[in-house]
Amino acid sequence: MSDVQDLLRTSPLTGVLLTLVGYRIGLEVKRWSGNHPLAQPVLIAVLVIGPLLWLLDLDYEEYLNGGAIIAFFLGPATVALAVPLYRQAHHLRELLVPMLVALPIGTLVSVVSGMVLVRALGGDRALELTMAPKSATTPIAIQITDQVGGIPSLVAAFTIAAGIIGAICAPAVMDLLGIRDRRARGLAMGAVSHGVGTSRSLHDNPTEGAFSGLSMGLTALATSLVVPLVVHFLR
Amino acid sequence: MLNGIMWLLVFQFVGELLARGLDLPVPGPVIGMLLLFIALQVRRPPEQAGVLRGSDRLLRHLQLLFVPPAVGVITYGAVLREDWLPITGGLLLSWLAGLAVTGLLVTLMLRLRNRGAGPVGEQPS
Repeated sequence: MSDVQDLLRTSPLTGVLLTLVGYRIGLEVKRWSGNHPLAQPVLIAVLVIGPLLWLLDLDYEEYLNGGAIIAFFLGPATVALAVPLYRQAHHLRELLVPMLVALPIGTLVSVVSGMVLVRALGGDRALELTMAPKSATTPIAIQITDQVGGIPSLVAAFTIAAGIIGAICAPAVMDLLGIRDRRARGLAMGAVSHGVGTSRSLHDNPTEGAFSGLSMGLTALATSLVVPLVVHFLR
Repeated sequence: MLNGIMWLLVFQFVGELLARGLDLPVPGPVIGMLLLFIALQVRRPPEQAGVLRGSDRLLRHLQLLFVPPAVGVITYGAVLREDWLPITGGLLLSWLAGLAVTGLLVTLMLRLRNRGAGPVGEQPS
């Protein structure tokens, strides 16, 4: 194996650089398209990085040598969601009861409908268990799936897909459904599309962004409590 | 910026410690978020404080941080081809159900509370 190949495979530089370049191209495409909802930087980055990995003959594990360094910052970024929430704290008191009712119910609906639909459409038990926590943010969904016996690395793909769907079409769907209140829109976004959806909400409107971030955190909590229960009853 | 990132990591670390130590089902960073929120409410730092500026910068590129797990999709080509119907059907429909139920419930509850108190919230731009 050549030295160059060796460097590509083992150095974290490869994964970090590919991620930054893919994301940068994603931002450019977003700008060129005049902020078209389909032009989500994370989606474009995957479409850029996937073929590049194939061309360079690198597998996902090798990419993650560097990719994990970027993904590490998901932790502090989750903590950082306290800041937009702090700026919107004056909305919080009025929303306390609606939130504490709607988020657990929304979570229950996500989990149960995901499992029932996978079963009805011919998926096996492992797939059903993997679909269950898909509304929680990626690292938490992975933990939950592992705990109930699904496929942890596949759930990452499901949660990211749920996030990207939300970033692309949640605002239009909520317009259609007549969900106009900024706080309700944020809470709904965070409940089904976690951080990826929250990033769209933060760009759309500060109130939506703050409530989406809060909703994402509470939904992660609710999902970790609801999934084991539902899995127990839905055999 | 440096100060901001440091404080975020401190709150994450305390969150992780609490989650492990008390065996909570809640993820550490979410506890960290709630702790930071409480700290901000108590201290009320000025807008130029490091933790506020650092957070804003990190959140501006939130989608960047999801790129590595998203690239993982490429390793599941075979599963996705074979089980595409339950996967896309389950994902899309239950995503829609969760969004609609959460959004409409909150809207309904706000409307009930504010009945007679004028329009609820702002219109989308």
